[in-house]
Amino acid sequence: MKIVVLLKQVPDTADERKLDLDTGLQDRDASDLVIDEINERALELALRSKDADKSTEVVVLSMGPDSASTSVRKALSIGADAGVHVVDDGLAGADAARTAAVLAAALKNVGFDVVIAGNEATDGRGGVVPAMIAEHLSLPLLGNLVSAELSADGVRAERQVSAGTQSISAPLPALLTVTESFDEARFPNFKGILSAKKKKITVLTLADLDVPAPSGRTTMVNTTERPARAAGVKLTDDGTSATALVEFLASNRLI
Amino acid sequence: MNDYRPPLDDINFALEHVIGYPEIAELPGFEHADLESVTELLAECGGFASEAMAPTNRQGDIQGSHLQSDGTVQTPDGFKKLYKQYVEAGWGTVPLPEEYGGGGFPRTVGVAIQELMTSANMAFSLCPLLTQGAIEALLHYGDDELKDRYLPKMVTGEWTGTMNLTEPQAGSDVGALTTRAVRREDGTYAITGQKIFITFGDHDMAEQIVHLVLARTPGAPEGTRGISCFIVPKFLVNEDGSLGERNGVETVSLEKKMGIHGSPTCVLSYEDATGYLIGEENRGMRIMFVMMNSARLGVGVQGLGVAERAYQQSLAYAQERQQGLAIGATGSSSPIIDFPDVRRMLLTQRAHIAALRYLMLLDGSYVDRSTHDPDPAARARAEEIVGLLTPICKSFGTDLGNELTSLALQIHGGMGFIEETGAAQHMRDVRITAIYEGTNGIQAADLVGRKLGVRGGASIMEFLSTMKEIDTALSAAGEDFASIRKELATQFDALEEATRWMLANGQTDPNSVLAGSTPYLRMWGLCTGAWMLARAALAAQTAGDATLAKNQLVLARFYAEQLLPQSGSLLGAATAGSADLFALDAAMLAG
Repeated sequence: MKIVVLLKQVPDTADERKLDLDTGLQDRDASDLVIDEINERALELALRSKDADKSTEVVVLSMGPDSASTSVRKALSIGADAGVHVVDDGLAGADAARTAAVLAAALKNVGFDVVIAGNEATDGRGGVVPAMIAEHLSLPLLGNLVSAELSADGVRAERQVSAGTQSISAPLPALLTVTESFDEARFPNFKGILSAKKKKITVLTLADLDVPAPSGRTTMVNTTERPARAAGVKLTDDGTSATALVEFLASNRLI
Repeated sequence: MNDYRPPLDDINFALEHVIGYPEIAELPGFEHADLESVTELLAECGGFASEAMAPTNRQGDIQGSHLQSDGTVQTPDGFKKLYKQYVEAGWGTVPLPEEYGGGGFPRTVGVAIQELMTSANMAFSLCPLLTQGAIEALLHYGDDELKDRYLPKMVTGEWTGTMNLTEPQAGSDVGALTTRAVRREDGTYAITGQKIFITFGDHDMAEQIVHLVLARTPGAPEGTRGISCFIVPKFLVNEDGSLGERNGVETVSLEKKMGIHGSPTCVLSYEDATGYLIGEENRGMRIMFVMMNSARLGVGVQGLGVAERAYQQSLAYAQERQQGLAIGATGSSSPIIDFPDVRRMLLTQRAHIAALRYLMLLDGSYVDRSTHDPDPAARARAEEIVGLLTPICKSFGTDLGNELTSLALQIHGGMGFIEETGAAQHMRDVRITAIYEGTNGIQAADLVGRKLGVRGGASIMEFLSTMKEIDTALSAAGEDFASIRKELATQFDALEEATRWMLANGQTDPNSVLAGSTPYLRMWGLCTGAWMLARAALAAQTAGDATLAKNQLVLARFYAEQLLPQSGSLLGAATAGSADLFALDAAMLAG
């Protein structure tokens, strides 16, 4: 079985994340860049399949600038067998539709039985790319899962919905997205780090992929900096503070 | 504030530019351990230390390990899972021999890893540290059968190890131990006796514990010459390597301690337990000596590691805490980092920590040279230097561990005295390091008693000459280095004077040499520390990084001008002899 894990490099959530107000894009220099935690969980799911069946091949696929190669390398240290890095100046600031089209083309290029992605990235929070990829590739989409079992016959999984838990299944090939219910990735193993140096990262550019030119793209109309935090409201108790507090909470729709 | 930030830049600079790691990586057998690989490994190891280990440190202190009513020992919440992750990540295997599943990396790298682990959680890190001690004894003196049976799983960490030396009446004087080992017909030994202070003597983190036990066979000579060393597994090991029946070793109780609460300190009772002799009878002390340098450097690194963690916490607090108004400041209050005395405490910590890190890694690099240099003369010399540096690293490193964690607490003011702040834990944890693995007084006695006299004093004088050679480079480095050069020259002269006095009086009046041994060792600590900082400052000038160059220069200058002069002030105490120490008898001391 060949599993491809989609991996996005994002600003560390522990740091303060900044938007470049001129371009409307994230300021990559403002914080440490790391593998999106949700993708690490996706990778862990793939590696557990590999633990159970050594013949499983785990490939990580990332689209991003040159810096993303460190995240691909880290995934190899954690245990992935190979990496694919799509990097092209023409992809700077690519929107969700463009990203999905390129990743779908890259997936065709790489080949797979299962694709595992995070349900949404911690920076963009769009959560639409996996569904778009599934559409491009005509794959069954098993999204927002809380658990999953992979086998050569197919995927059995569970999804939490407001009314309860859905049990769903699909034959392979299929695309899964995981939520935070999945376990965090294991720590890189000392020998894994050394052997990762010998693993291959394939670099692809747009010229290597069969992607039609986009018919349009999202354009950033306006950006505004988050307003500074305003001072809190202080209620002085002159006998009416209970009423004032209720009014305050009600006017802010907190009760 | 319990975050831990691995000081990777500091360690990488030390390895590349200060202690010459690239040369170590060129020694035969270390070719795979190039600097680039090491840097990458340390980055991941630092990630493990800060993300997996550091968050368990506080809980380990609060909860501690406990003896259960069924006789088993339960470690604090999170330790069991952490140990499993630690074994899977393989950090303990890095400097161990490849033959038994280790990474075959230099000890120097092991020292760097140990610093990261200890800073993150000293109590937890003791388990792998003791295991490593037991592994080394087996490696050097065990026969192939014992090695093949025990080493592979000890190297991975699936099985842990302990060191059983101390008995109630046998502490610093190991020779007074009375645990008996009687040879049975099948060649194994029946071990009976009681051992105390056994770190991780029992716990729930691994399926098997391999005890290294010192004991006396019937009719063995008195004292240290009659001690033998045995392997006593918690569970007997079957022919196929699986675990068999429980051996006759039980945990009687756990000590209630001032610090390292997460680490279970056990009283172990051996009752007709099956033991396997390591090497030959009556050679136990020799085996212990093999490990001693290694374990003593390891304990010195603990002083460094805990000091670093406490320093990080105090630096963060000094920036947050607002009190009063600093000179020239406006507004309603200033962060306390803006006050000169707080700055002094911070810089004192930072400079000492940098010096300790260089010293520990330097000692580690000589351990590697002593085992891997192709030139026998170079190996022999490296071993002499390890012998010299190790008591300094252990004693000076842990004395400073105590002093610096106290400074870190002081910066917290009254809150430092409150346990909730977390600054007190570092002080309580590090306190033991000046005591165990040979008290710091024993280290000083080792320096003047065993190391000073090597080749009639030539060994130590040669090392002093090597240190003095830095004068040429300092002289060429210009005005910025002038005060460092001047102070180093003055203090090296005082150290030489003390050393000549020690050499002159050692044979005729050993008590006077012992009387001055602790201040004398401190002089060595301060002088080697200042020397390493000067070397680092010189190296930083050519590393192509202006910020780094400034940083290292300031640390070296501050140390030379403001910390090093204490060394010369100790000359009097080092050479005063023992007369006054013994002039008052016990009754007069009582007043």
